[in-house]
Amino acid sequence: MTKKVLLIEDEPHIVEALSFLLKRESWQVEIHNDGIGAVNKVSELTPDLVILDVMLPNIGGMEILHDIRQNQQTAKTPVLMLTAKGQQKDRKAAEDAGASLFMTKPFSNQEIVASIRELVN
Amino acid sequence: MLSFNLLLTVCLIYVAGLFCVAFLAEKNAKRKKLGFFSSPLTYTLSISVYCTAWTYYGAVGSAARNGLEFITIYLGPTLVFIGWWWLLRKLVRIGNTQRITSIADLISARYGKSTTLAVIITVLSVIGSTPYIALQLQSLTLSFSVFSDGFAGQDPATTSSLTALWAAVGLAAFTIIFGTRNLDSNERHHGVVSAIAVEAIVKILALIAVGLFVVWGVADGPNDIMSRIQPQIMQSQDIFTPRWVTLIFLSAAAVICLPRMFQVIVVENSDEKHLSMASWAFPLYLFLMSLFVLPIAIAGLDILPAGANPDLFVLTIPLTQNQDALAMLAFLGGFSSATSMVIVAAIALSTMVSNHIVLPLWLWLTLSRSPTSEDVRTLLLRSRRISIAVILGLGFLYYQFTSGTGGLASIGLIAFLGVAQVLPALIGGLFWQSSTRKGAIWGITAGFILWAYTSFLPSFEGNFLLSQSAISNGIFGFEFLIPSALFGVTIDDPLVHATVWSLGINTITFIVMSMISLPRPIEKVQASQFIHIFDQAATSTTLSRQTTSEELHILSQRILGHQTTQKLFNKAARTQGKLSGQLPDPTNDFVLDLEREFAGSVGAATAHAMIGQIASGEAISVEDLIKVADETAQIMEYSARLETQSKEIEQTAEQLRQANAKLRELSEQKDAFLSQVSHELRTPMTSIRAFAEILRDEDHMGKDQISHFSSIIHDESIRLTYLLDEILDLSFLEHGKVQLKLSFTKFDKILKRAMNATQTLREQSGAEIEIPYNLKNLVIETDADRLSQVLINLISNAIKHSDAEKPIIRFKLEHFEHTVQIEMTDNGKGISAENAEIIFQKFAKLSSEQGAGSAGLGLPISREIVRNLGGKLLYVGNNPGAVFNIILPHSISPLLDPAATIEPAD
Repeated sequence: MTKKVLLIEDEPHIVEALSFLLKRESWQVEIHNDGIGAVNKVSELTPDLVILDVMLPNIGGMEILHDIRQNQQTAKTPVLMLTAKGQQKDRKAAEDAGASLFMTKPFSNQEIVASIRELVN
Repeated sequence: MLSFNLLLTVCLIYVAGLFCVAFLAEKNAKRKKLGFFSSPLTYTLSISVYCTAWTYYGAVGSAARNGLEFITIYLGPTLVFIGWWWLLRKLVRIGNTQRITSIADLISARYGKSTTLAVIITVLSVIGSTPYIALQLQSLTLSFSVFSDGFAGQDPATTSSLTALWAAVGLAAFTIIFGTRNLDSNERHHGVVSAIAVEAIVKILALIAVGLFVVWGVADGPNDIMSRIQPQIMQSQDIFTPRWVTLIFLSAAAVICLPRMFQVIVVENSDEKHLSMASWAFPLYLFLMSLFVLPIAIAGLDILPAGANPDLFVLTIPLTQNQDALAMLAFLGGFSSATSMVIVAAIALSTMVSNHIVLPLWLWLTLSRSPTSEDVRTLLLRSRRISIAVILGLGFLYYQFTSGTGGLASIGLIAFLGVAQVLPALIGGLFWQSSTRKGAIWGITAGFILWAYTSFLPSFEGNFLLSQSAISNGIFGFEFLIPSALFGVTIDDPLVHATVWSLGINTITFIVMSMISLPRPIEKVQASQFIHIFDQAATSTTLSRQTTSEELHILSQRILGHQTTQKLFNKAARTQGKLSGQLPDPTNDFVLDLEREFAGSVGAATAHAMIGQIASGEAISVEDLIKVADETAQIMEYSARLETQSKEIEQTAEQLRQANAKLRELSEQKDAFLSQVSHELRTPMTSIRAFAEILRDEDHMGKDQISHFSSIIHDESIRLTYLLDEILDLSFLEHGKVQLKLSFTKFDKILKRAMNATQTLREQSGAEIEIPYNLKNLVIETDADRLSQVLINLISNAIKHSDAEKPIIRFKLEHFEHTVQIEMTDNGKGISAENAEIIFQKFAKLSSEQGAGSAGLGLPISREIVRNLGGKLLYVGNNPGAVFNIILPHSISPLLDPAATIEPAD
């Protein structure tokens, strides 16, 4: 069964790169590029994994994660958080809020793919 | 004619007689059988020490020169004694209860036992009395010289100097012998007082004898005398002129303030009741002394050749009439007047010097050592003896300096005015509760300085400190400093002038300083003790004291001597019900009594200090409590000061807190900025790395895909570089480290650059830019590259954020006095209030903005550029599109550091 990954990220080039990597694994990739409507998208699509950027326009990634965890339907969905800030306190906050994994940009393709595989299965 | 040798012999016999009287009195005093020597009559006669050689000889001289003026010198004291109930009684009561030893002691005790005050008054008294002692030496010398015709062939000046010297030495010897024979606990000198009483009788008898001889021997009774009045005696009869009032006032002040007068009236008084007799008997004495002054003056002017010294009429009239015996008596009268004054003055002054200067100094020096290391009594006696010698030496020197100048009276009046400087502090201290130590110190000091300048120093006529030219033209030639016309105040009579200035400023300073300073607690207590001396019940004021009797015994022996100490301690032991020979317990009453006894010898302040030294902190008396209260007051003041300080510290702390908060905020801003920079750098790097890895790892990729991914890597690299450039640029701009290339440039040129840079963007969006003609032609001094950078930013922002189908940007120019304002308006929907606040912040992600493309440094950089160009970049609102104003100076050079280099126009 094809796994479904929802990519919530606003940087078009990063979206493009991740999409390429995920599609190569034969996963279904859904894309959302704004904070607004992100949570709805998650509950709507019920993806096997959410890749969530911390810095999003209008609504931040942390807030979205919080809302995902609050929603019963999506509470168990694994969430991989990406951040370009790379500060330790952000990592801690993300883990506290229920992120399954926290990765700092720029990431290694190999590493992120391996992590995603693990989270999806 | 009397021979000089006979005269000398009579003098010596007379002095020997005085020795006997003094010796007898001392002997009787020891046996407590004083009789005549302690009667109100002796007391009254001793007060006549007021009538010195000056009054004895000088009054006649004064009458011959100035008519009735001499009476003022008698009127002042008469008024004081008639009003004795008001002032003298109080002084004597205080003197007896507080064991006052001198006027310096009285005033220092009144103002909280202040050592400073005692020292000041002592110095003032010594300086003030010196001319007076010199005056006595002068009169002695003059009177001798009248008889010295037998010494023909000798230089008169040398003779008089020698006479004065011998007189000084003789007087010093007499004073030392009888004034410092022992250290009486109550500082009374029965021997000296008795000798002076005898001298008082001699001088009044002599003067009356001469007077009677003149009226009935030379003339034929009073009527005849009156008919011989010379016009000059009656010419200056205008009574109650300022000079008269001044003289009466000064003589009244002198009878209280002169150290010798205070000595005989207050210190030597053994019974307050004596005062009631003195109150009428002393004025009577003065009346008798003055009775024949005028007749003698009239007769002298009448019968003696013109040019004869009127100061010596008392002697010369009997001599010319060949009345040798009478002349001898007259001479003895003058001799008595001079010697009695000098002796009492020397005793009074030496007491002051040793009690208030030598002893405190000694106490201070031996503070760290054991107080038993030296005998205080020996020290005191020695210091008194030396003081007496020194005081008489000073008198002799003054005489040498001023000999042959001025009438007797003028020197005496200088002395009167000098010691009268104590009066405000004295009267204030006795009647005004609020007078303070500070007021007394400053008042006396001010008066003292003015007296010295306007009266004392000029009396040397240029021979001492003040030169002759300084006296007549003012010191350093300043006319307002002329001693006889200070600050242009011209009072014809120098004495009135000096009195008004010195006592006036003294009184004003005393009152003002008293009002603005607060008395210490001990001053308050002393003030009420002095002011309400008659209301006081004899209550013990001490609470408890933990001093050992042995220590007190040792101290007492050192101060009072063995016998007195034994007597005191035995009496106290008996009172306490102990056997004779046992030491009494150091009870409150006993210690207080002892301190009072000590005060009689060494002054209140010193006695208190000595007892305090022994008790060393364990003693608790009311005074100690006051001391404690004093210290408490100081501590309270200190803590009040601390409170103020702690408030200041609080304020500082608050400022520090604020600064800290500011720093924290700045630090947070810096962290946020770094975090933002990190984010902005990592984002393109993420893309670059991801695609680079894809290109590296993927084997089967189409050429198009490879080229697409490569171009992404390329674009993101450029973005990264651009971002780094912007960050660096902003950093330089913020720190003012940019080198501006200034030149007068036509605005058109700047605009063209901006248009070129934004060409692609404009063409894509179809934007239109309207530039008025006057703006194109504007020439300002600026950095063309930088300003075009600002325009590029603003134009790109306006196009990028515009929601209009066809963005239109309008420029407008307005001129002001020193500046130009370039207004830029777009046709978008404007900036929301929410965004308006943050558009100038670094990396501001506007709420509506999509992440890609802008790093959010354009506006902050533009604002910094305009600021560096001496202007302002402002967002002024929406109309309806966003309106930005660039305000720039016409010329920037004057605003910059002159050292800044300005490149030539390109």
